[in-house]
Amino acid sequence: MLKISKLTVTVDGKTILNGLDLEVGPGEVHAIMGPNGSGKSTLANVIAGREGYPVTGGSVSFLGQDLLSLAPEKRAREGVFLAFQYPVEIPGVANVYLLKEAVNATRQHRGEEKLDAMDFLKLVREKLKLLQMKEEFLYRSVNEGFSGGEKKRNEIFQMAMLEPRLAVLDETDSGLDIDALKIVADGVNAQRSPDRSVILVTHYQRLLDYIVPDRVHVLAGGRIVRSGDKRLALELEAQGYGWVESDPSTVSAA
Amino acid sequence: MSEGAANVAAYVAAQREQAPALPAFGTPSLDASRAQALESLSQLGLPSQRDEDWKYTSTRAITRAAFTPAVAGAPCPREFVSQTTIDGLDAWRLVFADGFWQPELSLLDDLPNGVQISGLGQSLGSEPQRIAALLGSALGQTPHGFIAMNSAFIGDGALIEIAPGTRVDKPIELLFISGCSGEGFLSLPRNLVVMGAGSQAAVIERHVSLADERLLSNSVSELILADNASLNYQSVQQVAPRGFHVGGMFARLGRSARLQATTVTMSGALVRNDALVNLDDEGGFASLDGLYLAFGRSHVDNHTHITHNAPHCVSREHYKGVLGDRGHAVFHGRIVVQPGAQKTDSVQNNQNLLLSADAEVDTKPQLEIYADDVKCAHGATVGQLDETAVFYLMSRGIDRQAARRMLTQAFAADVLNRIELPALRSYLEAQAAQRLSPEQIRESES
Ligand SMILES: Nc1ncnc2c1ncn2[C@@H]1O[C@H](COP(=O)(O)OP(=O)(O)OP(=O)(O)O)[C@@H](O)[C@H]1O
Ligand SMILES: [Mg+2]
Repeated sequence: MLKISKLTVTVDGKTILNGLDLEVGPGEVHAIMGPNGSGKSTLANVIAGREGYPVTGGSVSFLGQDLLSLAPEKRAREGVFLAFQYPVEIPGVANVYLLKEAVNATRQHRGEEKLDAMDFLKLVREKLKLLQMKEEFLYRSVNEGFSGGEKKRNEIFQMAMLEPRLAVLDETDSGLDIDALKIVADGVNAQRSPDRSVILVTHYQRLLDYIVPDRVHVLAGGRIVRSGDKRLALELEAQGYGWVESDPSTVSAA
Repeated sequence: MSEGAANVAAYVAAQREQAPALPAFGTPSLDASRAQALESLSQLGLPSQRDEDWKYTSTRAITRAAFTPAVAGAPCPREFVSQTTIDGLDAWRLVFADGFWQPELSLLDDLPNGVQISGLGQSLGSEPQRIAALLGSALGQTPHGFIAMNSAFIGDGALIEIAPGTRVDKPIELLFISGCSGEGFLSLPRNLVVMGAGSQAAVIERHVSLADERLLSNSVSELILADNASLNYQSVQQVAPRGFHVGGMFARLGRSARLQATTVTMSGALVRNDALVNLDDEGGFASLDGLYLAFGRSHVDNHTHITHNAPHCVSREHYKGVLGDRGHAVFHGRIVVQPGAQKTDSVQNNQNLLLSADAEVDTKPQLEIYADDVKCAHGATVGQLDETAVFYLMSRGIDRQAARRMLTQAFAADVLNRIELPALRSYLEAQAAQRLSPEQIRESES
């Protein structure tokens, strides 16, 4: 599904990602953890194609094609989805309008008909229910005046609408209370499928109790310094990051 | 005589020639006011950038060209009028060709009691004294030469009189079509709206061009609102890319009167809108909204001047501009709170969105407060599209152009959303969407 090799990103002369390798197979869920400022969001943004993160080395292949050569909207239409760490407020653009444009752009890209109003509404209602969101959210401006938790939930709602092949969720659990966390996790779990992969960026092992990952990675110093199964998250929770960062022998563990 | 006179000599001469043929010539008060306006015009000349109120707007393109004041009689094609109408707008309508009323193109059937709508020229013919006495009463001092020019040529335009206590249930549309006489002509319509105590009405004043030619329209509207009157006044400039428009709206509000004005400028080589409001008695409310689009080499200047002459009045200003290409916009918002106008509550807000590096905005608030117990807030912003929002939309599969257009329309939408007439609102939304098409939204290479 996704294969990242020796990815290096340098912003203003500062190397943020430094030869990062990561491979995510179809249907797998990978968690990425790591200290603040270690480059997790940078990785997420580079996958989504955000400007301002110049790739100075390495490659990213997605479903066999060179992801880095695609414009962000093309990546999205090919099935890459980023749930933002800080979802953006867009006054004056109704949620439903964004969704309709987004869904139809992707459908057109796949050579499918645009959804008519009825089918679209049916799809929207089904996904709203999945995230336990009220219909009034549709008509509010995108994320404007949403609480932190509502914004995160809205991201997963968009993901449900867009049905991506690869979803990168950047700290979607931050700012959620326990109930909301469960709803969001259920929403993500409901979307797990053999041809949909998920990268979860998180600081908290708690999320991983609800969305059980196949692999857990630690990102530090611009690369994956340690990988393991879900037990690695528990170790990190107990011991912090100090031990993985300071022990060079763990660097190649995968 | 000041050097200003040089750029108006031809207009002064034209007025002298036309004066005897103007409606109600020979009515002493009107003759006197026209002569006085002509004198002001000679004195003031047309404004230049040395005038503080025209600092950012060059009139050179206007003064360099010689415009001929249009005379009545140029025909306006009926098809053009039907093409130009607003879908679904059920309104009484007055159509003007180069400033002259066209009764046969107008819709004034079944006017209810208490509603008088007619051509100003006709009314001046039948009731010269009474109408002459009303003209100029909302104007105050003549702010600049264009206004003086309009007053010197007072002849035709719209006259709307709403009797006390009358609620008009249909909007009244004034459609001004420039260019009926051909290229190089000047139209000088003068409108008068007199709202009796407790009356209520909605008026749309639209300026359109018949063809993309070098034309000038110089229009003045006086709005007189008696106590408790309520007027919705929407003025729309859809001037051709080579056309010039200078328009003035002068309003006087009585006790607890309410004016809700919206000025929407879609296009034009140079459009200058003066909006001057006097809140003369307690409880008055004036809200001025504006949306201006300046693309190509368009220059749009909005000059507002609200005077709080009495306590407990509220004024609101909300102007937004979208600029692309080499568009240039000016917003000058002057608010004067006179001594004794305590408890004034005034908010002014101007926001500008620049879509290209070559577009330019000058925004200038000017607050003059001579009372101590007042609440006055103002703010101005000039910014670009939020790149984070553009990326957010792109990350959902929407291409860059479409994302920019969505965000631009969203920026402009809140001014249009406040327009109460649904047909006008959707018409303007569609017009704006067309103006904000991909070519307009495209980014300038820099
Ligand atoms: N546009 C930028 N310009 C300069 N430095 C940047 C930019 N974006 C990120 N950085 C820097 O790159 C480093 C990695 O940032 P990033 O946001 O990827 O970290 P993170 O792992 O997501 O952290 P957190 O856990 O706090 O979200 C930080 O030191 C950050 O300051
Ligand atoms: Mg981050």
